[in-house]
Amino acid sequence: MSTCSVSKGCFVFKPNPKKRRVSHKKAKDLRKVNEDTEDSELRFLTCQSLWAQIRSETEKIQEDLNKQLFDSLVSFLRRSHSEFQEKTTEWTCRMKSREIPTAALVLGVNVTDHDLTFRNLSEVLQNTVTPYIAFLEAKDCPGIKNLMQKLMGQLMNCNVDVDSLEDEDYVQVSQNRVRCSMTSLVNWYESVTKKTDSETPSKKRTSSSTHWQSPPVVVIFKDMESFTTKVLQDFIVISSQHIHELPLVLIFGIATSPMIIHSLLPHSVSSLLCIELFQSLSCKEHLSTVIDKLLLTTQFPFKLGVKVLQVLINIFLYHDFSVQNFVKGFQLCIVEHFYSQPLSVLCCQLGDAKKRANSLSHDQCENIRRLPSFRRYVECQVSEKQIALLTEDNFLKETMQKLLEDLNAYHENYISVLRCLHVFTSSLPKYPLGKQIRELHCACLENQVWETKEYESSLQLARMLNKSDLETMLQQCVEIFVSSSENEFDKTVKKLKEFLTQFQKLEADAFQERDVSVPSQKELQKKTDLYHLQKTLLELKESRRSKKLTKFEMLRFEVVDYIDSLVRNYLVPADHKTLHEIVYFNTASVLREHLNAAPRIALHTALNNPYSYLKNQALKTDGGGISNKAPDICIVYKLHLECGRLINLVDWLEAFSTVVMAGEGPNADAASSDQVDDVIHARFIRAVSELELLGFIKPSKQKTDHVARLTWGGC
Amino acid sequence: MSRPEGAGSRALEVKFVPDEDVLKHIADEAGIKVRKDKTQLAVSVKKLVKKLENISDDEAQEILEEENYVAALGISAQDPMGNGSSVSGGEVYSFQTPKRSSKMAELASELAQAPGQSVASNHFECMEKTAKTPQSSKCSSSNKVQQRSKKKEFVSTTPYRLRKRLAAPDPCLESESEYSASCSEEEEEENQKEVSTVLSDQKTPAKTKAVSTPPPRNTLVKKNEDKMSNLVEEYFEAHSSSKVLTSDRTLQKLRKRRLNQQTLHELLKEAPLAYAAEIKELNQQHESLFSKWMLQLRLGFNIVLYGLGSKRDLLEKFRTSVLQDSVHLVVNGYFPSITVKSILNSITEEILDHIGTFRSPLDQLEFITKRFKEDSSVELYILIHNLDSQMLRGERSQQILAQLSSLPTVYLIASIDHINAPLMWDQAKLSLFNWLWYETTTFNPYVEETSYENSFLVQQSGSLALSSLTHVLRSLTLNARGIFRLLAQYQLENKDNPSYPGLSFQDFYQQCREAFLVNSDLTLRAQLTEFRDHKLIRTKRGADGVEYLLIPVDDSTLTDFLEKEDEDV
Repeated sequence: MSTCSVSKGCFVFKPNPKKRRVSHKKAKDLRKVNEDTEDSELRFLTCQSLWAQIRSETEKIQEDLNKQLFDSLVSFLRRSHSEFQEKTTEWTCRMKSREIPTAALVLGVNVTDHDLTFRNLSEVLQNTVTPYIAFLEAKDCPGIKNLMQKLMGQLMNCNVDVDSLEDEDYVQVSQNRVRCSMTSLVNWYESVTKKTDSETPSKKRTSSSTHWQSPPVVVIFKDMESFTTKVLQDFIVISSQHIHELPLVLIFGIATSPMIIHSLLPHSVSSLLCIELFQSLSCKEHLSTVIDKLLLTTQFPFKLGVKVLQVLINIFLYHDFSVQNFVKGFQLCIVEHFYSQPLSVLCCQLGDAKKRANSLSHDQCENIRRLPSFRRYVECQVSEKQIALLTEDNFLKETMQKLLEDLNAYHENYISVLRCLHVFTSSLPKYPLGKQIRELHCACLENQVWETKEYESSLQLARMLNKSDLETMLQQCVEIFVSSSENEFDKTVKKLKEFLTQFQKLEADAFQERDVSVPSQKELQKKTDLYHLQKTLLELKESRRSKKLTKFEMLRFEVVDYIDSLVRNYLVPADHKTLHEIVYFNTASVLREHLNAAPRIALHTALNNPYSYLKNQALKTDGGGISNKAPDICIVYKLHLECGRLINLVDWLEAFSTVVMAGEGPNADAASSDQVDDVIHARFIRAVSELELLGFIKPSKQKTDHVARLTWGGC
Repeated sequence: MSRPEGAGSRALEVKFVPDEDVLKHIADEAGIKVRKDKTQLAVSVKKLVKKLENISDDEAQEILEEENYVAALGISAQDPMGNGSSVSGGEVYSFQTPKRSSKMAELASELAQAPGQSVASNHFECMEKTAKTPQSSKCSSSNKVQQRSKKKEFVSTTPYRLRKRLAAPDPCLESESEYSASCSEEEEEENQKEVSTVLSDQKTPAKTKAVSTPPPRNTLVKKNEDKMSNLVEEYFEAHSSSKVLTSDRTLQKLRKRRLNQQTLHELLKEAPLAYAAEIKELNQQHESLFSKWMLQLRLGFNIVLYGLGSKRDLLEKFRTSVLQDSVHLVVNGYFPSITVKSILNSITEEILDHIGTFRSPLDQLEFITKRFKEDSSVELYILIHNLDSQMLRGERSQQILAQLSSLPTVYLIASIDHINAPLMWDQAKLSLFNWLWYETTTFNPYVEETSYENSFLVQQSGSLALSSLTHVLRSLTLNARGIFRLLAQYQLENKDNPSYPGLSFQDFYQQCREAFLVNSDLTLRAQLTEFRDHKLIRTKRGADGVEYLLIPVDDSTLTDFLEKEDEDV
């Protein structure tokens, strides 16, 4: 069946039901996807399980981060209608004020992440406070009527969810029949709460034991900024009239700043609200946590290369601030890695990896031998071993065991030392190695960090730290090393603790030092003569240079040197490690192409330089121009660039035919020129309508046979 | 720049072209060429960044990150993988002066020469070349050379005039500008002498100078900044004036018959596709990605294809080779009457087998969402050719499609072509779509996509209009047909009158009465309402408040229609 038609734009294709298989086809289908390479099935499964782990981890992170926010929100909701709850006469005094309790939830500019937050929030509220939650989005509520409809629909549906005893037909009828007004909403609320009252207490205990007798009705405005002012105002004014009958609580999701409430709502309306502000965690902090938990951990075998990580971070910082997108990019990295690298089958936990390494096929062994890092490793070995590695699969597998262990150990050490170094660098003035651990991580991955200028300067700054800072830092380092499971750091911990005790011993000496320095300064204050001042200063400097270092300074140097030695030992860039290709994903270009594409540049290149796509010598030109043999659309495009706002079609056509005739050579001047002309005309028409489709021109009525240009300048 | 106020005669206008102004014009052009290579600019920006770094910690931090960003994005230039993305943004988006139409002819002749030959072609030489172009004009060739060359000169002076006009708007200049803007043939002949003096005067040397000796570059780089503001001004200057200076030639004067859709297709079929082998190779590269696309679709990404060339065949191939065993929906976005509703309808009716209607697309979407979430075994692949087409590019359509595509068991693969297509999506939609971008430049001609388009160069055959006309009329009463005939005949009688407003209602009523077709103006009105509902006529209110009636069909179709009617009777 063809998909071209002049009467229809949609075509549905259903496979033959006989051929159709059941759902397990899915897995099979995916296996088929990359059958050409080895272990594809295993790789796919590894990829899937890894991604599942990572996804659950990110969700957990999100939950943990939001926990505090949600807790305070929940307590606010509980508090807001406590008077209503108690059913005392106390709340009658509130009738006069008619204030609606409102929570302003400032969520930050990364709007795309809000959905997840709201989903979690509604879950939390369902479980703890109230079953009556309604989500409103601006795009569903162009008028107050739609808003009420949406609101009632959601509230009554949720009613069904809570006690599913009710007949579904009943709800549907009622939803259609009940007029959408606040009164009917109040009536509904009364009937619902009464029903739960009268129902058997046993049921309440099971389903909604945490809910109160009359739980508040929570209305969440997901994107407060995009609501029409009028709709919001109307809703607030109307519902404030009913606040004593209906315990309503509003939650505003705000992306910009809480000031927006006041600029959207006039004073008369905003005075009906009793607003409390809640601030969610900033997305930058969220990202740091995600990086911390996903990348700087040995929990997941998969790692990102430095360029890839930079691209992801840049997309985050410069495009969207969306952690979701960051995680999506991470997912893409995983998929790409497992898809393109046949050896990624070894990218799993150490135990499994060792097992899998033992059962590698010969082809896979050859793949390993082809790895650049492995070749480097082989070259360092003695000659017999070299031959064995390159010819005997079994020997290779044995060596692999050791290498995999090494790689694993490297990661564990790396992370601990990186954190330790971060403790030092993050407190230095001007942060030469970056404030965030991710920057330090990037620097360490990129090249040997101890050779960089920034590292040099940060060491120098570290040599000037004062004692108390140094002590706390050492203390933190000790904690980091202790918490890491690696036994290798036992010595390190011991050494650091030694340093700490030495510092404490120094206490007394340090006091003496200070006493010595005081008189010299006093001396300085006495003299006012400029010459003498200079002289003494010079002397002072001289003496300081020549002065024997104090014990504290000696110790400080020692500490810094020790840290330096740790860095040099453990923070080797990953691409110096053998077999790093197995776990590191490094092709940043793929990521940029697929996530941060530039369609206009692609079009521009194709039109201006067709040779970059069509490798034909006839198209090759020097100096960026196009040849007269280029595809029609390129010629037409190039010609139109020379025009102003309007283009005369006749001129254009003539110019085009000149170029094309010249391009086709002398035989075009034959007798059948009329025929040729028609063909050129047709080609011109096609090229022009293609340009129209691409959005470069549009027909213009300003002048006959003219088209208007839609772009300005080069593209 | 001063000009005597009273000097309205045309001869004077020619004289007062100060050399500085001409030079300025040249310098402007050259400056823009230089602007294209932005390396110098980038270097200075970096220096600036370095200076700023010392200012404060936080700021420095940000700037450092910025540098990283620039570096990270700049990697693509060195990457062997990213072949297409080696163009810097500045090159693509740079401002340029609006060039005149004569430039097009120049470039054409330049391109007509052997590729790789330098630009140093003589001005007159290239003029002659363009004059030789095969065109069937009535004028003799020698005359035409002159005419064309004259026109060229004529147009080349326009920026100066334009600037003048904007700088000093006075009544007597108005006529001049009129004259410069509309260079119709008669006027041209009148002014030929005057203009040819211009030609011999100053401008030709100035112009050739501009082509042959561009000023040294480094001096101009320094001027970059004020050039920039200059360019911005020029942009607004060019876009603010309603007058546009282009030649007045029309296709009719070319004596070339307009091609209709069918002959166009036939002609194009005859023309061999250039670089077929290379294009095939290119497409094969893309086809090797099919299995990867399938995997990524399954993992929750949606795929969007961009790049020059029709991606229809590629997607069709994807469909026939990979999707045969699964339920899928093909949407031709370029189809002129496609709507989101029709897409949703085909999902609910044909895939979910639901009979019934919905109040709004949103309701329908909700229903679909519910069904797909309930039954996770239902899977659907959607292929959309031209997601950015006229009919689908609206905000609401895109929102609905985005929500549809965000369902876990709906897999979307789409293509976009318009240069501004990515502007359709804001962050929220982008995150719903969850795109993976794939560049698939195919260089295939957009055959299907442009076949629906009412191209301005293609003569409308009108067969569609004619058949609909006869169909509607056949269902009407005899009297009604008579009424329409009257109107049609009257319109054809007046077809040579370019300012024919239509038939006024009163006159029409009179004529109908005389022909015994109606007995009161109410019946006529009722009849006309019916016509209007079927879009057979259009009413227009004239300046005097009288209602005029028009048949919005071109004359040839109308003649055909009347002939056919006569045959029937």
